[in-house]
Amino acid sequence: MTKKKTEAPAAPEKNQETVLAATGIVKELGRGAGTVMALKGVDLRLVPGELTLLMGPSGSGKTTLLSILGCIMSPTEGELSIAGTNTAKLSPDELAVLRRDHIGFIFQSYNLFPTLSALENVRIALDVRGQKGYEAARRCEEVLREVGLGQRLRNFPGNLSGGEQQRVAVARAIVSSPLIVLADEPTAALDGENGNAVMELLARIAHEQDRSVLAVTHDPRTLPFADRVVRIEDGLIVGEERRPEGLDAPEITDLTKRRKAHA
Amino acid sequence: MIFTLAFRNLFHDRVRLTVTLVGILFSIVLVAVQLGLYLGASRMITANIDHADADLWVMPFGAKSFEDGGMLMGSRERHQALATEGVARVTPLVVRFQEWRKPAGGSTRVVVVGTDAEEGAVEPLSLTTGTWEDIKAPDSIAVDSTYLKDLGVDGIGSTAQIGNGRVKVGALTSGIRSFTQSPYVYMPLSRARSLVGAPGSDLATFHLVKVYPDQDIEKVRNNLLSRLEGAEVLTKAEFRQRSLRQWLFRTGAGVALIGGALLGILVGTVIVAQTLYSSTKDHINEFATLRALGSSSGYIHKVILTQAGLSAVIGYLLGMVLALLIVLASQSTPLPIVMTPQLAAGLFTVTVFMCAISAVSAIVKVTKIDPATVFSR
Ligand SMILES: Nc1ncnc2c1ncn2[C@@H]1O[C@H](COP(=O)(O)OP(=O)(O)OP(=O)(O)O)[C@@H](O)[C@H]1O
Ligand SMILES: [Mg+2]
Repeated sequence: MTKKKTEAPAAPEKNQETVLAATGIVKELGRGAGTVMALKGVDLRLVPGELTLLMGPSGSGKTTLLSILGCIMSPTEGELSIAGTNTAKLSPDELAVLRRDHIGFIFQSYNLFPTLSALENVRIALDVRGQKGYEAARRCEEVLREVGLGQRLRNFPGNLSGGEQQRVAVARAIVSSPLIVLADEPTAALDGENGNAVMELLARIAHEQDRSVLAVTHDPRTLPFADRVVRIEDGLIVGEERRPEGLDAPEITDLTKRRKAHA
Repeated sequence: MIFTLAFRNLFHDRVRLTVTLVGILFSIVLVAVQLGLYLGASRMITANIDHADADLWVMPFGAKSFEDGGMLMGSRERHQALATEGVARVTPLVVRFQEWRKPAGGSTRVVVVGTDAEEGAVEPLSLTTGTWEDIKAPDSIAVDSTYLKDLGVDGIGSTAQIGNGRVKVGALTSGIRSFTQSPYVYMPLSRARSLVGAPGSDLATFHLVKVYPDQDIEKVRNNLLSRLEGAEVLTKAEFRQRSLRQWLFRTGAGVALIGGALLGILVGTVIVAQTLYSSTKDHINEFATLRALGSSSGYIHKVILTQAGLSAVIGYLLGMVLALLIVLASQSTPLPIVMTPQLAAGLFTVTVFMCAISAVSAIVKVTKIDPATVFSR
């Protein structure tokens, strides 16, 4: 991590324009008597160059919030703007365009296409954007090399380890250079070493490529990679910690320990 | 990538692919056989009409088909027809069901066709052994080589009886089958007249009218109609239609054949729709992921339609191979199946249409995808 920091001296506050702004997000899920208020008024802003962790107990609304921030679900109440565009009045297809242009997704269970090779899995993300041909293929190879899979281009997901599959998913999420990368439990299915490799990748994407990365997690091993930790409980943001300028990874870990001790 | 994804989805599950292809293959073969039989029967029924060099057919009122002309007409009609403006030629033709007595005993029904081939009437089609000159020899007739066994004769030179008259096989045709299963027996007009009990007369079942090339057929027909009482005047196309209606629809055979073809299309569509739907259901998470990645709904529809199209092409090719083998095998049967380029093209259209219809349920299914499911797996 220390090495990463020195390689990417860009401070989080270097670029402070908001790429994602959510205000007063309320989300009701289910119908009738089974209705659950999964989010009860959430405010969140994301800026480029930061890896933000969204942490909270199971059922606290993390996935729901991520779906809304990713324009996959619409909020019951509240406003969301992505790259300056208000999402309130957009149709499903217009929302798809917004996702296509600005957002990359990483899922807990990778969601790779089992019948496509690693390279093809990444290419399809460009293909849905209308980018085809040799240039697109080269770009995909390059990104797969960046995530350390230069030797696995033709492998199918079934022949890749969990960590490798998640790295293919990371490549797929970033190949179109989105402003925002949203990841739901990206390390939950991985062991420590592979989890760390993926988190390191996400941090690098945030710092070196100046993207906003938001990762949902309840895995404390991911803390050292965070620039900022947002805590959610029962549909409400209950706290936020930021790694102070110049502080290195362990400090934020201590920070959270401190918070736990206080709680 | 759309093609790659569709192709891989299709070949990923071999069992389902097999079911899909068997479904399409089954439909194509069924439809090909039914329509091929229909075409074969139609050709058989109209072969004599098609080969006659006539623009108009004069026949007794109510004549049902080529084989069933009804009462013989006298020569009055012929002379009146000849006197009609625009008429170039009138040729009498005798067609009658008669009893054929086999030399070794027993009998069968045949269709006697008496014609003066020189005058442009019906010629015995595709003579393979012997010529028209051989048929003009005393007692001589032409029959089809495929019916020799049914007629109880061995070949050229064999003799038999039609009614009370002696006949001798003088020439052979090949592949002229009869839909009624009563073989055609071709002979000169005068011999036919004596065999049907009107020796030396001018009687005829039909008068074949050839119109001058510069004349309007419809006008000549009206002129003929006003002169000929109690006779009908049909164009070649109308007479074909009437014969087809008589044999294919009055008997129910045509309805059965077309009904079978429709059933084939229906069964094929249901099978393909079912497999395509279940394939889409199996890959629904991938389609949801595509949607989350920001693909348009059109992109996903294209994947499904490509899958349907690929199934159609592969299924069609396999089905055609089998259908052609069946067509080949049917050539020596009483009702050979006919395959034409038009029918082959028609079958392809039907297959594509069938697969496109089948894709509808799958497309409806993906339209309802909630991309939020990508997080809950
Ligand atoms: N379709 C739904 N209908 C009704 N309630 C739902 C639905 N989906 C989720 N919920 C409820 O909404 C709340 C938030 O769910 P969410 O999946 O966002 O939690 P989470 O923080 O991601 O939990 P986990 O850590 O277990 O993934 C939970 O109480 C859940 O039971
Ligand atoms: Mg969750």
